[in-house]
Amino acid sequence: MRAYLIRRLWQGAVAVLGALLIVFVAQRLAGDPVALLLPMDASEEDFAAMREALGLDRPLPVQFVVFLRDAFTGDFGESYQWQAPAMPLLLERLPATLELALAGLVFALLLAVPLGVLSAVYRGRWVDRLAKVLALLGQAMPGFWVGLLLILYLAVRLQWLPAFGREGPLHLVLPAIALGWYPVAAMTRTLRSSMLDILDSDYIRTGRVMGLPERTVVWRYALRNAAVPLATMIGVYFANMLGGAFVIEVVFAWPGVGRAVVDAVFARDFPVVQAGVVLSAVIFVVVNLLVDLSYGLIDPRIRHG
Amino acid sequence: MAERHTSVNERRPPVVSCVVLGLVLLCAVAGPWFAPHEASEIALAESMTPPFWRTGGSLDHPLGTDMLGRDILSRIIAGARVSVTVAIYAIALSGGIGAALGISAGYFGGIVDAVISRLIDIQMSIPAIPLAMLFAAVLPPGEGMVITIIVLTYWTWYARIVRGEVLSLRERDFITVARVSGVSSPMILIRHLTPNVLNTLLVLATLQFGSVIVFEAGLSFLGLGIQPPQVSWGGMLADGRNFIEVAWWLITMPGIAIMASCLASNLLGDWLRDTFDPKRRIT
Repeated sequence: MRAYLIRRLWQGAVAVLGALLIVFVAQRLAGDPVALLLPMDASEEDFAAMREALGLDRPLPVQFVVFLRDAFTGDFGESYQWQAPAMPLLLERLPATLELALAGLVFALLLAVPLGVLSAVYRGRWVDRLAKVLALLGQAMPGFWVGLLLILYLAVRLQWLPAFGREGPLHLVLPAIALGWYPVAAMTRTLRSSMLDILDSDYIRTGRVMGLPERTVVWRYALRNAAVPLATMIGVYFANMLGGAFVIEVVFAWPGVGRAVVDAVFARDFPVVQAGVVLSAVIFVVVNLLVDLSYGLIDPRIRHG
Repeated sequence: MAERHTSVNERRPPVVSCVVLGLVLLCAVAGPWFAPHEASEIALAESMTPPFWRTGGSLDHPLGTDMLGRDILSRIIAGARVSVTVAIYAIALSGGIGAALGISAGYFGGIVDAVISRLIDIQMSIPAIPLAMLFAAVLPPGEGMVITIIVLTYWTWYARIVRGEVLSLRERDFITVARVSGVSSPMILIRHLTPNVLNTLLVLATLQFGSVIVFEAGLSFLGLGIQPPQVSWGGMLADGRNFIEVAWWLITMPGIAIMASCLASNLLGDWLRDTFDPKRRIT
């Protein structure tokens, strides 16, 4: 377990370093930041002085080391738009994004778990077919379009739920559905196939022979084991939802990290974009690490693997 | 035996999907010749005409018009061209690069595999959409940028799966025989390994068509992808978003085009996969 832990930590560190390298290279490709910072009529000397002040006159490897040093202290420079340090600006918005991603995950599970279990139990019947259709639609309908349709029908037409902003729990419903829409398909399929395997196993047959009610057999004994493959996916999907939230936040005017980064792209506010990419990569790596480590808790058989 | 026969019969080729994809391709290639209007033709007098089956609609604009009186059907047909162009370039490049790296990693192993696998790990540990934002901030917007972003996101997909296939192919007798009888490495790669992963590549490419369309639409919807005056389905959704309260068709019709193309390519991809590899057929 310890060797595994060290290897995973090492892989995570390499991945974050890789992300930092990509961000650094992209920044150099973006052109001369000095031209953005100085007035149009600045002289050659002003440019040279600014370059020296920013450390841009030094060799690239040195610049990269300086960039890394700053990155580890969370310093990605000041936002051009807000004249404030970029990373704290985003961290301020992180709770809103985490809240949205978590709500999206809850929605996806609320739909996927019953659908997955029922479509395995009633294999080939109408529930199974409904799940299949939903899975196909889920993969073909982009989340942001689902979001627009939800706004059109549930917010504008029926006026059941608010569409824009983040003011209360009700404001969370529509964006969460739009965000959680996509993973439902894969989650349902995974759960269905592991349920089918498990419902066929000896201990389930034993339980039935011993006269346990079918409900107990399915929901308590079978689901518990069938949920392991699904649980391993949850982290990946949660991490992906944090990325997907970028688009959904724009649709619903949700004041999270994603919308700030999209705005920053339009404003060519590079420090904020950089900080956003690094922040997403770090969260992605950490979430996946936590999920890997939690397998042991869900399934004792893995603990000594 | 009889049972197996029926199960094969049940996997009919997805005719509807092929028709939908054929229609999308036809629009992309020959759209301007049969579109009822010019895609960017402005007719303010006819703005916000609803689809023909609603009161106020007319067959002149079967799917209605937008805020500038532009014909929605014609714009969807024009948007197909952008979607298909982006998809073809993106699939060819990400598939080519991914397959080449995947085959090399699987066949050579050792340091080559270590470097390529590490690259895949790093790429996959950065969520696709934030990475796309980074490149959108750096590159000039347009088709080229969208294609670059998609290639940078999707090559790992091909590389990972092809590498796995080659790892198992490498141990097979026909490769050993080729190697022992002195066939050079490049020859083995081209003549013996590549043909054996072609089926997989075809399946992946078909499935990727749908996700490229969605990805491009997402970028264009955010305003970071295809730029006006070029017509794209994602851009149409972004335009329609501002009129969501008065004109439902503006956000409905382009979305249906996206959904139909994506659904069709997913169904066709699933069918191809099951046909090439009956073992993986899902019960």
